[in-house]
Amino acid sequence: MSRSDVLVDADWLQEHLDDSTIAIVEVDEDTSAYDKNHIKNAIRIDWTKDLQDPVRRDFIDQAGFEKLLSEKGIANDHTVVLYGGNNNWFASYAYWYFKLYGHENVKLLDGGRKKWELDARELVDGTEVPERAATEYRAKEQNTAIRAFRDDVVDAIGVQNLVDVRSPDEFSGKLLAPAHLPQEQSQRPGHVPSARNIPWSKNANDDGTFKSDDELKALYAEESVDLAKDTIAYCRIGERSALTWFVLHELLEVPNVKNYDGSWTEYGSLVGVPIELGAAK
Amino acid sequence: MCGAKAGGPDASTIKPGETTIQGQVTRDGEPVVGYVRLLDATGEFTAEVPTSATGQFRFYAAEGTWTVRALVPGATADRTVVAQTGGLAEVAIAV
Repeated sequence: MSRSDVLVDADWLQEHLDDSTIAIVEVDEDTSAYDKNHIKNAIRIDWTKDLQDPVRRDFIDQAGFEKLLSEKGIANDHTVVLYGGNNNWFASYAYWYFKLYGHENVKLLDGGRKKWELDARELVDGTEVPERAATEYRAKEQNTAIRAFRDDVVDAIGVQNLVDVRSPDEFSGKLLAPAHLPQEQSQRPGHVPSARNIPWSKNANDDGTFKSDDELKALYAEESVDLAKDTIAYCRIGERSALTWFVLHELLEVPNVKNYDGSWTEYGSLVGVPIELGAAK
Repeated sequence: MCGAKAGGPDASTIKPGETTIQGQVTRDGEPVVGYVRLLDATGEFTAEVPTSATGQFRFYAAEGTWTVRALVPGATADRTVVAQTGGLAEVAIAV
């Protein structure tokens, strides 16, 4: 596998906008961004409505994912190209989610919506929604080799690499949420003991594109993350850490990397687990 | 946009008690649409938002010194801003 198997640049997508074997999917933190405008022929997946169980805190199940993709007109042999705002946070989350249910060909648009906009490339009006014929999508069972649960995280303290990808102020306990969101969570601030703080943003350039493999390898080496060991990445709700998971597992091809989607909103609310405050020790 | 006021978003819509940094990005006096990132005192990325159609942006932060960086097609510009707990810091960015 190489970078080109998992990542496409804006020029590539521009040339494939009308390719019917490709499903272009926008997944945005701001789920209404698609209604304003979007890349031509893109469909939307709403990470809050489409990807979460409506009652309990978990993902939709295998049958639910099959139903969703069938209705969206995505077939098993389609190449799914994901993009979104905020440096592909939620597009990366969707990428990881598609891999969780075993979709073969998924790619991220390097730089996402921001790079596309900063290049002043064409966006069509929000009402221009492509028609895609329904399919009979078949998902695989969840691949939990890439998903960490809370007990995995507790067991990993001091044993595996724990990579906390939130901003330094969230890591130290000064902020409970990213600074563009209200600071309203009631759980305890801090981080999992022994975690290294490598903010997701260090993986990306200002325009949202990923740094080179050499720069990325140097980043994790500088932070004393031994990539020969197993790794769990987490953030607040698992979207930014999906981006780091993408970097480690897909770009750098590190074999055992899991994303902890419960992340700080779960861990920081657990009774009795150890928490550390302040900068990394 | 016709009828929009200059400066940041309407301060009455701020969540009470939040430490707020907000403002507007302009080019030649006209609002410009793009992205704004918030960097902490060490220059580390903290957050990023798309501007509104009138170039406005808002962050909820904590007290301290921050850098606000505007990214718009063809230009970037930085401004330093000091936020106080529960206060409103307005910052105008001309690119």
